[in-house]
Amino acid sequence: MSTDPAPTSLHAVTVLGHDRPGIIAETTGRLAELGLNIEDSTMTLLRGHFAMTLVCSGPVGGAEVEQALAPLAADGALTVTVRDVDDAHAEPAPAGRGTSWLLTVHGGDRAGIVSAIVGRVAMVGGNITDLTTRLSGDLYLLVAEIDLPADADAEGLEQAIDEAAAGLGVRATLRAAEADEL
Amino acid sequence: MSEHPVAAWSEDDLGVEGRVLDVVRAPAQVLSTVGERVDPCSTESVQLAADLVATMRVSPGCVGLAAPQVGVSAQMFCVDVSEHPKTRGHHGTFVLCNAEVVASSRNEKAREGCMSVPDLTGDVKRASRLTVRGQLPGSGLEVEVETSAFEARALQHEIDHCQGLLFVDRAAGAHAIYARKTYL
Repeated sequence: MSTDPAPTSLHAVTVLGHDRPGIIAETTGRLAELGLNIEDSTMTLLRGHFAMTLVCSGPVGGAEVEQALAPLAADGALTVTVRDVDDAHAEPAPAGRGTSWLLTVHGGDRAGIVSAIVGRVAMVGGNITDLTTRLSGDLYLLVAEIDLPADADAEGLEQAIDEAAAGLGVRATLRAAEADEL
Repeated sequence: MSEHPVAAWSEDDLGVEGRVLDVVRAPAQVLSTVGERVDPCSTESVQLAADLVATMRVSPGCVGLAAPQVGVSAQMFCVDVSEHPKTRGHHGTFVLCNAEVVASSRNEKAREGCMSVPDLTGDVKRASRLTVRGQLPGSGLEVEVETSAFEARALQHEIDHCQGLLFVDRAAGAHAIYARKTYL
């Protein structure tokens, strides 16, 4: 009797909480023991708190991944979640369509800067593919990478962002993203 | 062959004592405002030029300072990269008024910091070959500076200040801004 190998599943894992040395080593070690392959990951400190998201794949069910990572959260300092994800919805947009942009916004800290600015991007069908915000003293800073559809009016978007920024008393700069082909 | 007028320039030419001014920090509005063009021969401009140099001199690690950084919305800045380890060629200490880039090529990405954004640094792509035109304070002499590498980067950073732009406005990507780990 032959046994079919378990189908490959894709899991999104998040680990959030109190930072300490060794969190990544422990997390990835447990995933490796399950034979999972880390396909994409990002980790940073948010106001000093550890924040990691990774997508991994392998012939393992979500419950088994959750169980393997449970010891990480045992002392309550970290929160770990595991979600199965559908790869069919994660295909990158076909190359050659649309344009890529970099948006910087900075100014005095106040509530609503991000929502007001990125709302203008959403209105023209723009997709934010990467985003960082930082608070440094009184300075609030946002840097976003944006994909615009081919038919989007970039100049109109720039004007709309400028108007929103002026209303908030912040400065916005929208630039075409450059890629040096070597 | 005579020395380039920019390399030959010295703050002693101004004939006034520079004052050390406070450096303003983002989000001060003056840092996001396009500076006014200046008369390089006016008494105010000569004093401002001396003040910029004096303030740069007392600021550890400072290789350039623009008028908006001392709260004056004007197109004037000083630079001196001569002591910086990344410097190749340089023109010593000088001040330029109403400066503009007339030619640039060979973009390179490097990490920048700024006294007006003291807690962050960022990767910025800038031309490594540069020609800048401007006027010397005091004489008003129009000069062209051809430079490269670190001095070129410093000049572009300061010209940006005069146009109301900070290095964060030119960040190379969403993950190109960093919390500063060391202070000079």
